[in-house]
Amino acid sequence: MPPALPSAARASNPGATLIDALLSASAAGIIELLSPYPPGWGGTLLLGLLHSIEIAVGATVLGLLIGTGGAFGKLYGGPVVRDLLAVYTTVVRAVPELVLILLLYYAGTDLINQALTAMGYQRVDISGLAAGIAVLGFVQGAYSTEVIRGAILAIPQGQIEAARAYGMSPGLMLRRITLPAMLPFAIPGLANLWLIATKDTALLAVVGFYELALATRQAAGVTKAYFTFFFAAGVLYLILSLVSNLLIGRVEAWSRRGMPSLKDAR
Amino acid sequence: MAGEATLINAAARTSLWLQPHRIMLILVAVALVLGAAFFMRWDWLPQYYEMGLLGIWRSLWILAVTCFLGFLLAVPLGLAQAAGPFWFAAPAKTFCTVIRGTPLLIQLWLLYYGLGSLFPQYPWIRESWMWPYLRQAWPYGVLALTLSFAGYEGEVMRGAFAGVPKGQLEAARAFGMSRWKIFRRIWLPQAIYRALPTLTGETVLQLKSTPLVATISVIDIFAVSSKVRQDTYLTYEPLLLLALIYMTITGILVFAFSKIEARIPNKIG
Repeated sequence: MPPALPSAARASNPGATLIDALLSASAAGIIELLSPYPPGWGGTLLLGLLHSIEIAVGATVLGLLIGTGGAFGKLYGGPVVRDLLAVYTTVVRAVPELVLILLLYYAGTDLINQALTAMGYQRVDISGLAAGIAVLGFVQGAYSTEVIRGAILAIPQGQIEAARAYGMSPGLMLRRITLPAMLPFAIPGLANLWLIATKDTALLAVVGFYELALATRQAAGVTKAYFTFFFAAGVLYLILSLVSNLLIGRVEAWSRRGMPSLKDAR
Repeated sequence: MAGEATLINAAARTSLWLQPHRIMLILVAVALVLGAAFFMRWDWLPQYYEMGLLGIWRSLWILAVTCFLGFLLAVPLGLAQAAGPFWFAAPAKTFCTVIRGTPLLIQLWLLYYGLGSLFPQYPWIRESWMWPYLRQAWPYGVLALTLSFAGYEGEVMRGAFAGVPKGQLEAARAFGMSRWKIFRRIWLPQAIYRALPTLTGETVLQLKSTPLVATISVIDIFAVSSKVRQDTYLTYEPLLLLALIYMTITGILVFAFSKIEARIPNKIG
């Protein structure tokens, strides 16, 4: 570390002092702040990351279920179902996630509590985890409906006709033909949705759910080391994204097994 | 005659669209809207009307400025990745990966709380001309949203630049155009044509990101609705109106972009 300069000399060399300050704040202090054991806040961040991953996984799974149902409704449903699904996907994709999260959270907890009191039960506090999963899952459902609908449309029509000709029941056809055949077309879009889900969990901090962004904010607020903690949270999110990318590459290769590689196709 | 034919076509399309179940659905929707108008409380509207308009104006202003600056930044980012040497391509790729791999909320808070808490420690920053701006929240919001847009759009522009057929560029070179002229007349316009469909989506996504600036105390339309909720203890009315406002803006954006898209030549390459 350079020796402390008099302030006049510092002023003449602003860039160096900024870097110097960023570094001098670091070293021992930062390691202590980020250590996973009680005096440090690393454990809090990791717990927040765990909650974020839980919410993202839950929301993606719920979104996949809604999306599969929604895609089939849009493709094979009656006129009313189709129109209602069109309204659902359009509205959810046109309104900011933050607004939807607030609306769905209040509306959802209100509805559940009114239903419970109407049936003569006590009001309940809905856990942040369940509410977060439900709200984000509802949002993800709209996006995955579109992705899966497109993927089903990309299946060669002959495959579905052949399955019908074999006399497969709709359930069997879904399980054996439609879902496996649409996977290679759906995986890039769904992978993108998973990455969006992991990042959207941060929005739940605004509503007060405990996850990585809120944990970071608490830690930063208590220790006043804002830069350190938000930087650390960013690194954690980035690691999550990069690891996801690695896994997605594997899954994509698996789902395309037996098909010509994308490079040859071009 | 042609006008009559299109009129008949339009009438036929309307009758196809207006099937019995659609009329029922529209009636249900109208009933819901009327129910909301009559049975919910809207008496706070006159009081917050002006603040709301100012909020909408701020949101739109932030959207326009960040999209414009972000796009300006995205062009060199895309170009560096598509055609640049390694020492240009690698930093550009890293930037895009980092921006796309971390939540915008964290980037925003890192800039506002993180950088913002470091700045006041330096007298030379406090004495500089930038200080009056650095003490406000909106420059951090604009910076974070600009970088985010640049990160996502930079990746799109990489694909767009790489997708322009080689023959076009070779023909331009054969005409004796300078490198800058090739870029300005051939490469950039064709890349933008290619990127335009995704640009619509990115702009809508950017609109949906603007409410995040409310978390760093910029008074946009989302912050106004939060203030109404705090002042009046109403939960749904401000949020529903807010959702309607965002839906309207999205609709206008999509419509405007579809008009622009219809004007460009669609057979390229």
